[in-house]
Amino acid sequence: MNSKYLIFLGCAIPYRVSAFEISSRKVLQKLGVELVEMPEFNCCGLPLDPVSHEMMLILAARNLALAEQQGLNIITLCPGCAGTLKKVNKILKEDKTLREQINGHLKESGLEFKGTTTTKHLLQVLIEDVGLEKIKSNIVKPLTMLKVAEHNGCHILRPKEYIGFDDPEDPQTLKTLIEATGATCLDYMDETECCGAPSVGVSDKVALQLARDKLNHVKMVDAEALITICPFCHIMYDTNELRIERMFNEVYGIPVLHYPQLLGLAMGLTSEELAFNELRVNTSKLLKKVAEGAK
Amino acid sequence: MTETETSKETNREPIRSSEIDPKFKYELSRMHGSEKILKCFQCGTCTSDCPVARYSDNYRPRQIIRMAQLGLRDRVLNSDTLWLCAACFTCTDRCPQDVEVASVIRVLRNLAAEKGCAPAVFKEQASSVLESGYAYKIPELRVKKRETQGLPPLPKGNPENIRKSLKGVKFIEAVEKTGEPQ
Repeated sequence: MNSKYLIFLGCAIPYRVSAFEISSRKVLQKLGVELVEMPEFNCCGLPLDPVSHEMMLILAARNLALAEQQGLNIITLCPGCAGTLKKVNKILKEDKTLREQINGHLKESGLEFKGTTTTKHLLQVLIEDVGLEKIKSNIVKPLTMLKVAEHNGCHILRPKEYIGFDDPEDPQTLKTLIEATGATCLDYMDETECCGAPSVGVSDKVALQLARDKLNHVKMVDAEALITICPFCHIMYDTNELRIERMFNEVYGIPVLHYPQLLGLAMGLTSEELAFNELRVNTSKLLKKVAEGAK
Repeated sequence: MTETETSKETNREPIRSSEIDPKFKYELSRMHGSEKILKCFQCGTCTSDCPVARYSDNYRPRQIIRMAQLGLRDRVLNSDTLWLCAACFTCTDRCPQDVEVASVIRVLRNLAAEKGCAPAVFKEQASSVLESGYAYKIPELRVKKRETQGLPPLPKGNPENIRKSLKGVKFIEAVEKTGEPQ
C-alpha cells in the first residue's frame, strides 16, 4: 500500500471548511496514511481557468513540479484540485510543445514539470490504497441505525476523459464507502446533479435553486444526512441550507457531513474530534441516534 | 451580475451580416479546448442536460455554440450568459459528437476576459493568488485558529516565484497594470 502522500489542501478548505480537513487527517492517521505538508503552495488554478487557461496550466504545473521535487504523490480533499492536477498532468505529458511552453514559465522560479507524480482524491486513496477490507476492519461502531444519501459532486467524476475514476452516470465508490460504515445509502433523484456552487457570485438565483433541488430530493427519501466529499458542495448544502429554507419557505433540517466525519464516527472517534461543531446544520438529533444505537 | 431582460433580447435580435466574422469558427477550431466546435450539429443534448439552463432564462449552451459557429464574435464574447456555466461537464460527457462543450465555453470566456469582460470575482481571485498563492484571502484568525484545532501551519505561497512564473500571461498583465483588466 502506498501510504505516504503530499497533502494539497487547496484554497476553499483552509478558507472556510476546516471540519473536512480535521476529520480527514484524523481518519487517515488511524488508517496508517502518512501526510506530508506542501513545502510551498499556490492555488491549483481551477478558479482561474475561465479567464486564463494558460494561467491555470502554469499554476497547476507549479504544484505538480513541487511534488515531483519531493518525490511524492499528491492527495487532495477537494475534487476540483484533484481534477485539475490530474487533467494538467495528462495534458502536459501528452503535449510536448505545450509542456515546453509551460516549463518556460516554471523555469523562472527554478521548477520543471516532468510528469512523474500522481494525484488522487481522498476517496480514491481510501478505496484504492487503504482498501475496503482495511476500512471495514477499523469499524468499531457500525452506523447501522443511519439512512443517509450521498452527493459526489461534479469534479470527482467529470469530465471522464481526464478523471478516469468511477462511472460518472452511476457512481458507486462513495456509496460503497458509506456502506462500509454500516449505514444505509439511499438512492434518490438526480444524484449526480451539480450543487450550483460555481454559479455563486454570477447568478445566486441559479445556484441556490440547484442546491434547493438537491435538498428536496434528499428529503423525499427521508435521508437523515447528506454525505459530501467536496468543500464547495458542502458550503452549498450546509452553509446555505438555512438561507435556502428561508428563501423558499421550506424546512429540510438535513445535516450535511463530510464523508470522513461519518467514517470517523464508525471508527470510534468522537464528534468533538471530528469537528462536528464546525457544521451549520444542527447534528444533535443525528448524534443522539448514533449514541443510542451503538449501545 | 444578474441576469437581465436585456441579455435575453440581445440574443434574439436579428442577425446583421456585418456582425458575422466567418473565420471565427476556424480560429476557435485551432485553439486548445475548442478544436471540435465544427462537429456540433445542434442536437441540443447539452442544453437539455444543463442544470443551469433549467433555472436560467437565458443560458443555453447550444445557442452559444451556434452563435460562435455563425461567427457572431462580439455578441458571444459580450454576453453575460457566457459566465453562467457551472463547469459541471455534464454536456462534455454526454455530447454525442464529443464537442467538449464546456471547454468551448471556457475558450470563449478566455477570449472575453482578454477583452476585459470578466466578472469582478475573477480579478479578485487572480490578485489574491498573486499576493498570497491562495485564491481567497484567508483571514488571519483562521490561520491562527489552526493551532488550537490541532492542524499544522498552513503552507505559504511564494508571491515572488508565482509572479515570475506568470510573467507574460495576458490576464495577469492586465490585472497588474490597472488593478483590473481595462
